[in-house]
Amino acid sequence: MSILKEALEAGKFGITAEMAPPKGYDFTEQMEAAELLRGKVHAVNVTDMQSACLKATGLGLCIKLKQAGVEPILQMTGRDRNRMALMGDALAAAGFGIDTMLALTGDHPVVGDCRDAKPVYDLDSVGILNMLTKMEETGLDCGGNEIAGGAPKFYKGAAVTPLYDPLFLQINKLRQKVEAGAMYIQTQGIFDLDVFKRFLEMVDKAGIKTHIMAGIIPLKGAGGAKYMNENVPGIAVPQDMIDKLAAAAAEGKEKGIKGLPAQLGMEMASEMIAKIKDEKLCDGVHIMAIGAEKNVPTILEKAGLSI
Amino acid sequence: MIITQKKPVEEVMALVGDAKTVAIVGCNSCATACQTGGEAQIKELSAILEQAGKKVVATTIADYCCMNLGVKAKMKAINAATPDCIICMSCGDGVQCVAKNAPTTPVYPSNNTMYLGEAVRFGVWEEACRFCGDCVLGQTGAICPITQCAKSLVNGPCGGQKNGKCEVNPENPCAWIKIYERLQATNQLDKLMQKREDKGHGDFAYPRTISLRGKK
Repeated sequence: MSILKEALEAGKFGITAEMAPPKGYDFTEQMEAAELLRGKVHAVNVTDMQSACLKATGLGLCIKLKQAGVEPILQMTGRDRNRMALMGDALAAAGFGIDTMLALTGDHPVVGDCRDAKPVYDLDSVGILNMLTKMEETGLDCGGNEIAGGAPKFYKGAAVTPLYDPLFLQINKLRQKVEAGAMYIQTQGIFDLDVFKRFLEMVDKAGIKTHIMAGIIPLKGAGGAKYMNENVPGIAVPQDMIDKLAAAAAEGKEKGIKGLPAQLGMEMASEMIAKIKDEKLCDGVHIMAIGAEKNVPTILEKAGLSI
Repeated sequence: MIITQKKPVEEVMALVGDAKTVAIVGCNSCATACQTGGEAQIKELSAILEQAGKKVVATTIADYCCMNLGVKAKMKAINAATPDCIICMSCGDGVQCVAKNAPTTPVYPSNNTMYLGEAVRFGVWEEACRFCGDCVLGQTGAICPITQCAKSLVNGPCGGQKNGKCEVNPENPCAWIKIYERLQATNQLDKLMQKREDKGHGDFAYPRTISLRGKK
């Protein structure tokens, strides 16, 4: 059974991290990060060519993680694969004991690094969830044919962007994702707890019952934070956080110490996680370290969190 | 209407190649409206061809290049002029229809066929329909998510909009925000709560034929 499912359904505070496959075929860095994450998180999302930038396929890294004793979450987008390819991947994943997945629509190829690729979008996030749910319920494939040995079961998740105007549309899509079989939800990076609380109230009001894991992005510096504010939908790092990061950079320069802003970013992430847990705002956190996965154990330790 | 855009002249000339005599077929319908296949564009292309040393031996303009019977009648004079090749200044369908009626002469397009769209004002055409074959406009406030959403999403928006603009082309508003606003204005927000059955693509394998005379 999915370890994440077990944890969330037992009322434990879920902890997940995120990792991207290499742009190449050397998985050393990923496997080193996996060593550090093992036993510290319930599962690790493996991204599916995030930002529409070409990487080794996620299923490959999922298999490697599974073999290394780290629970992978297979992210599946509808951008590059039609329903047959998606279902085929789901079956292959199940064959390797991968039982947790997360459905996403996927960034459009034109915003990525292979812009000539044909976008597929046979199914969106809701469609992928519906397809897998139907497969599990009927034992049939996407063409209505029997699956040899029965259909595998997945602990299915989806994503949501709490900072969205009009929020009604996100809540409505969230409702559809949950109705389609999403049992846990990871959010876009949260930097403002008031925004997050407003979102949670709306979810409650809409009567949506699911496990919500707050997205945490440890900031690395003021520049990166500003970049995300300008370029990443749904991200709004408050100005005071950016100012503090800039001040840390200035202090580091003065004292000749490297890495102060990243250190501060990790502290901020830890504080955020601790607050979310202490105030019992939601069911867990999803830490997106974006290449700095090795920092995740420290962030969790500082937040006083373990699985 | 079917929106067309002129191919670069060099591309058309490369298609014409060594042909010495050329006939031109224009279209009095969409291509005329798009300024890609009307009288004026036939004259313009004729001049370019003549300048390149080609002889334009016949020109005609069909009411609709997409209507076989009308094209058939117009093609009599074109075929009689025995051109080395024919340039059709219409949409992709018009080119194929003209070719059917010129069995032994090469037919070349002068346009790229872009989309089914609307002339929003003079000289501006917006894409409106992608011929999905399963119209959802009744559920989406008469705004097409298949066309206006860059991902053709049917269950609501992705997370990729920024300030109401699409991640794919920030000049475009997010289709689903437009749909939301329209449904709000028409007091039909409940339509967003309705589940949409996925019909798949099995019934839309092309090329298709619709016949009021029964099976083809």
